[in-house]
Amino acid sequence: MTASEIRALFAVASRPEVVSLAGGMPHLAALPLDSLSAEVADVIATEGLVALQYGSAHGVPELREQICDVMALEGINGHPDDVVVTVGSQMGLDMVTRIFCDPGDVVLAEGPSYVGALGSFSAYQAQVVHVGMDADGLMPDALREAIAAVERSGRRIKFLYTIPNFHNPAGVTLAVQRRAEILETCRTHGILVVEDNPYGLLGFDGVTYPALRSTDPDNVVYLGSFSKTFAAGLRVGWVLAPHAVREKLVLAAESATLCPPTLNQLIVSRYLTTHDWKGQIKTYREAYRERRDAAISALEQHMPLGSTWNKPNGGFYVWVTVPEGIDTKAMLPRAITQRVAYASGTGFYADGLGSRQLRISYCYPTPERIREGVRRLANVIKDEIELHETFGPTVGRAVSGPHSPSPDTA
Amino acid sequence: MSNRWVAVLSGGLSHEREVSLRSGRRLSAALRSVGLVVEEWDADGNLLTRLKEHRPDAVVVALHGGEGENGSVQTILELMDVPFVGTDSQACRRAWDKPTAKAELARAGLATPEWAVLPHATFRELGAQPVLDAMVDRLGLPLMLKPDQGGSALGAHVVRDAAELPAAMVGCLAYGNTVLAERFVEGVEVAVAVVDGPDGPHALPPVEIVPENGVYDYTARYTAGLTDFHAPARLDEKAAQAVGELAVSAHRLLGLRDVSRTDAIVAPDGTVNFLEVNVSPGLTETSLLPMAVEAAGESLGNIYANLIERAVNR
Repeated sequence: MTASEIRALFAVASRPEVVSLAGGMPHLAALPLDSLSAEVADVIATEGLVALQYGSAHGVPELREQICDVMALEGINGHPDDVVVTVGSQMGLDMVTRIFCDPGDVVLAEGPSYVGALGSFSAYQAQVVHVGMDADGLMPDALREAIAAVERSGRRIKFLYTIPNFHNPAGVTLAVQRRAEILETCRTHGILVVEDNPYGLLGFDGVTYPALRSTDPDNVVYLGSFSKTFAAGLRVGWVLAPHAVREKLVLAAESATLCPPTLNQLIVSRYLTTHDWKGQIKTYREAYRERRDAAISALEQHMPLGSTWNKPNGGFYVWVTVPEGIDTKAMLPRAITQRVAYASGTGFYADGLGSRQLRISYCYPTPERIREGVRRLANVIKDEIELHETFGPTVGRAVSGPHSPSPDTA
Repeated sequence: MSNRWVAVLSGGLSHEREVSLRSGRRLSAALRSVGLVVEEWDADGNLLTRLKEHRPDAVVVALHGGEGENGSVQTILELMDVPFVGTDSQACRRAWDKPTAKAELARAGLATPEWAVLPHATFRELGAQPVLDAMVDRLGLPLMLKPDQGGSALGAHVVRDAAELPAAMVGCLAYGNTVLAERFVEGVEVAVAVVDGPDGPHALPPVEIVPENGVYDYTARYTAGLTDFHAPARLDEKAAQAVGELAVSAHRLLGLRDVSRTDAIVAPDGTVNFLEVNVSPGLTETSLLPMAVEAAGESLGNIYANLIERAVNR
């Protein structure tokens, strides 16, 4: 199956008949739209000439101060001058890659990793070397081995890209005791750490883990986002970077977009000032926990023998391994026929692995729909098992190009 | 031109939803440009209500795959007594099922590559390998595997090596329960659109398809630049006439109405082989019917506006 074929199948996922466990759209139903719309109107009425004007590429100063307050929840002591506001953290990631990577440079990343990051790395012709994870996240031994192997091959490692909390797509969290070791390893080898942390405040047990940046301000570039804690459509994220990097980021941002949208920044700033944003995050956490529980209990009830999955304690995703022999990419048309969609695993690897895995997103559908979706998915897998019993183990063809859902997939 | 108001049905729930949405948008723009009033409707649960409440002068089915081509939506339109452009429900069922269409045309003496149709259950019950071996013995390699129903080459594989067969079977059977295996015929691949007019069905100029990587798969179909098209096809006069006649024969023999597109291969010996027929041809930027229309010096809007008049006056 080809990349565009896979992408086309996701077009069906937007229809209400299909339970989409494929996308990563946040659950916005919990937002206080009435009071928010009043504040947005007031931003235009009272600050309109600023809100609708160009701003600086660095970002609105007041928002940068507030971002530092948000990051303080994860133990980060950042200075507003070192914050660059970006059009979603995706833009931050893109700029960091552009600044650091020449074609052929190596980026280390967890395997699997966020598909949008792999897209950015590929756009700048960086080579991704995956580093293994277990239930406690990135494995320090595997990291050391990967570094040694790359160094032996004579290539340059530019940075480690990592999602330490409630990983996308793997759902795991880097154990606190591993964090110092990983930072130390990277520092010793002169490897920058790019910490992508969109889900850090969405821990279901109320635990917020200390950011990597909190203990190593000089060697960590931190990417943050309001997409999961407030509103993805505003596209407001940020980079907190060491001073020298920050200056390069501002110049890169200026050449890319002149400035992030001023109105959107003022809306976020006003929201943080006038709304109980911490209470809102708590509401989100509870909604996501309920959905996680629905997904896990349905998996336990329906999945065929030989399937495994993790139980995430935060974020949006469960990473499922299906019985041996099944290629989750080749199975996708069958799933669409049975009105359920998921993201197949190979999209989350740069090296063709992941054919036995799939990602379930529980962020958007209601718990009832999630249960129904998992039930359908289990039936799809059972049908596919039958097919493999008939034809024996098969090897699917590698697919190049995007084969994961676009961001607006439900 | 009249100011009819029509509903263009596109989208739906088939694997070809995205292609259909693109077809629907393009057709709607073409119809508006010749003065028709057009609404684009998704073929969803509201279809009956919409038909009842809005009563368009006619419906154009721009759905691809599944319910849009297998006669289901056409049956609903017939039950509701709404005029529509395209083949009636019964003929849709025949054309939609590739083996049925091939068998009917072979019976009438048209050439079509030798084929075998088998459901998954047969492989399961008799053992996959002996059945696959028998298939290869009979049809040879390379061979073409496709789902027995469906379009846009989804699930289709050219198998050049017997070792690739099991994976291709799994890929194909992900789209349906039954596989159509065909002897692979080398030659010039063409698509021929047929349009009904006052003097009966006539063929538009054939379009020749030359995919960059040799296989006209989904990506080659819908990615601009991955396939070279020649409209009209680079065929001599005799061959061009033969493909046109084949397409008109298929249109007549299968009882198709208004518009259809026949895919065929002209073998080096000049034999024109029927591959399959589409009752709802793609209308996207990279689709074959619009190219044929352009090669004929006509406009998509005018052709469909005429078909709408025919439908309304039927």
